[in-house]
Amino acid sequence: MALALSMRGISKAFPGVQANDQIDFDLERGEIHVLLGENGAGKTTLMNILYGLYRADAGQIYLNGREVHIATPSDAIAQGIGMVHQHFMLVPVFTVTENTMLGVESTRYGLFLRQEEAAQRIRDISEEYGLEVEPEAYIKDIPVGVQQRVEIIKALYRQADILILDEPTSVLTPQEAEELFQVMRSLVDEGKSIIFITHKLKEVFAVADRITVLRDGHVVGTTTPDKATEAMLAEMMVGREVILTVEKEAPEVGEIVLEVEDLWVLDDRGLPVVNGVSLQAKAGEILGIAGVQGNGQTELVEALTGLRSTARGRVRILGTDTTHASPRKILEKGVGHIPEDRHKHGMVLSYPIADNLVLSTYYQAPFAHGMVINGEAIDDNGRKLIAEFDIRTPSEYALAGTLSGGNQQKLIVAREFSRPIRLLISAQPTRGLDVGSIEFIHQKLIERRDAGTAILLVSVELDEVMALSDRIAVIYEGEIVETLPIAEATREGLGLLMAGARKEGAIAR
Amino acid sequence: MPAESQEKGPGRARRFIIAWTTGVSGFLVPVLAVFTALLIGAVVIWASGHDVVAAYRGLFEGSWGSPRAIAETLVLVTPYTLAGLAVALGFRCGLFNIGAEGQFYMGALLSVIVGFAIHGLPVYIHLPLAMVAGAFGGALWGAIPGFLKAKVGAHEVINTIMMNYIGVKIVEYLVKKQLLDPTSTLDRTPYILPTAELPPLIPGFRLHAGFIVAIIAVFVVFWLLWKTTTGFEIRAVGANPTAAKAAGMSITKNFVLAMTFSGLLAGLAGAGEVLGLNHNLPAAFVSGYGFDSIAIALIAKSHPFAVMPAAFLWGTLRNGAGLMQLRAGISVDLINIIQALVIMFVAADEIIRWLYRLKPKEEITEVVFTRGWGH
Repeated sequence: MALALSMRGISKAFPGVQANDQIDFDLERGEIHVLLGENGAGKTTLMNILYGLYRADAGQIYLNGREVHIATPSDAIAQGIGMVHQHFMLVPVFTVTENTMLGVESTRYGLFLRQEEAAQRIRDISEEYGLEVEPEAYIKDIPVGVQQRVEIIKALYRQADILILDEPTSVLTPQEAEELFQVMRSLVDEGKSIIFITHKLKEVFAVADRITVLRDGHVVGTTTPDKATEAMLAEMMVGREVILTVEKEAPEVGEIVLEVEDLWVLDDRGLPVVNGVSLQAKAGEILGIAGVQGNGQTELVEALTGLRSTARGRVRILGTDTTHASPRKILEKGVGHIPEDRHKHGMVLSYPIADNLVLSTYYQAPFAHGMVINGEAIDDNGRKLIAEFDIRTPSEYALAGTLSGGNQQKLIVAREFSRPIRLLISAQPTRGLDVGSIEFIHQKLIERRDAGTAILLVSVELDEVMALSDRIAVIYEGEIVETLPIAEATREGLGLLMAGARKEGAIAR
Repeated sequence: MPAESQEKGPGRARRFIIAWTTGVSGFLVPVLAVFTALLIGAVVIWASGHDVVAAYRGLFEGSWGSPRAIAETLVLVTPYTLAGLAVALGFRCGLFNIGAEGQFYMGALLSVIVGFAIHGLPVYIHLPLAMVAGAFGGALWGAIPGFLKAKVGAHEVINTIMMNYIGVKIVEYLVKKQLLDPTSTLDRTPYILPTAELPPLIPGFRLHAGFIVAIIAVFVVFWLLWKTTTGFEIRAVGANPTAAKAAGMSITKNFVLAMTFSGLLAGLAGAGEVLGLNHNLPAAFVSGYGFDSIAIALIAKSHPFAVMPAAFLWGTLRNGAGLMQLRAGISVDLINIIQALVIMFVAADEIIRWLYRLKPKEEITEVVFTRGWGH
């Protein structure tokens, strides 16, 4: 088999971190090579070097046996390398064709766009590889899964032979992910080569021809799916044995803590995105909210925590009406909140860790006497929680912004769990975290549940919802389409519900 | 027992220094910015055919060369510090208070009214009362745009600029029509009573007790921002309003509070000028301190302790300009050029970092100066 790409001895250091250390990586023509590793293992750094976004400190890159120097993304594109980033680089108010042409416009007299020609080429590409798109559609009107296809088409339009897909499934339903995998197979059948970055073990077995595992900037090993098991790969990633399933006892359900009745919430544009949601969460249970991103989960959580006003309906927490209560009132009622976007709602990056650990309690004893802050108490609290929650940092005075994502999330969990909470609203609690941190946070959530806290778990990771929840409510276009106990939930059934099919349809299949 | 229970923390002061120096390679950038600006200024002087050494010696001697020069520099440092603190405090809450000038005027106005219109009070009541009146005037003038921002989202930059015009015109109207001193041919208020005067610090010099007020204000602002729950909130709202809200803080309350405190400090600066120096308020009272204070807060990276050195720099440049002109025959406008360069280099600190091969800026900076624009 011919090597499409060979990276030899790639090293890259950032201040204080050796992100890549002597990495060798080969990609054969026509293969899907999975690059697996925790966050911070060096996957993205390696790919950014290949794509010309970083310059390696040492090492060579060979394409089809010939050494190349890639200094910028345009060099990479010229060499036939395309990258689909985790966050799409699309202009929402442009059409598919316009987005695809952007930067490589073909023109008449150097001035007028040849839109028709481009649209035709897009149709050809989409037919050849089974990437269904409508060239005239506007990006803002098409679903996320289709937007991702546009990104792939963009790369193919630029005649990429090597495609880098960076965590492509994080925005997809299981069914959409399956479609993506089919597209990937037809791409490699046509002679393209694909580097697939992921940290989800299940996907590895669905698509990989070969797997390379990175840890701490080193290659731990390269293997094939038939020789590997999930447990083995997890251990390679983390460097120790990992418990993949969450162990938990049957829930001891108590009183109703959260009661939502016919809740309607508008988004920033004034459009209804939560449409008559009713649900109940009881003490000692985890109620999972499953759904594809953008189906009203964000607004629902914001409404429950007082960050967004409600249009209609009622929210009661421990019997008190909190529909129009301020965030502080709700927090003081015993509500913990692990926000979906930890940088936006979870912490002040320029504050020390210790201050972030009292971000919602700084005005209470012992952290303040009247209006005077008690620094000693805040620092003591910081040191205590850093030790208890294993937040990796040189000191409690370090700014929160210097922590890794996993440690930032631990900081938020530590803060929320250090208060006497009766209800925990937890949105995407493990987004973007490595296996070790996910394991830790899952354990903490279960501990909290067993201590009698009601937990509302909102997550787009179906595996997570299924592993933790006692009951699962599926949200689709702002409505709870179905609520079922975990015993009755299946991946396929939930997947269909998340895609808009009612339960009847799921059973009929 | 875990080790942390025995260990005593280095204390809030130390942690605070850590946060400050890790935020933006400390104050290295401002210092290098000043140095670079003086260097370019030297090139300009040389290129225009003048004596660089004589010019800069004049600048230095004019501001620090004699007791009187020093006293006059400190006279300028006083309002620069107070107004600089005002703008810095606004920045800390993510607010761009362009209105220090208007707040300064209102402070001057109210303190001068109390100063000349109330008779028969002992100095220890009359003087504080006049100062409080000035602080109140500034606070009110700051609170209005703060309130508008909090309640209807009106941008504080626009509103503080408008409040500047209103403030200046109110002063002009009142002084010319209502408060005119009948015994004078000039358009000005009567002199304040001696009981309302900020006394001179050294007999025979113009330097007055307002300088002490400015020094105290530096510590009070530091205390407020870093040692109180109010400051904790103000800084959190400034650094990340969405996270502050999620943590239960009121963004609107802190906007109003920060603008009120900010205006209060600028009002004190105005009070100091009339109670300590002018002893009356002319209709054509021109300060400019309110605008220079923006630059001072910027150079100080909105840190109270750095505001005073920045104010010293501004005082030095302003006070030394005269002798520099006299000695080297160059226009005082050169000082404007140097000031502009300092501001430019501090604002576009990437230039300085590139020039001196400093570490690139870290993702997390202590203050976001531009916050407040466009939302």
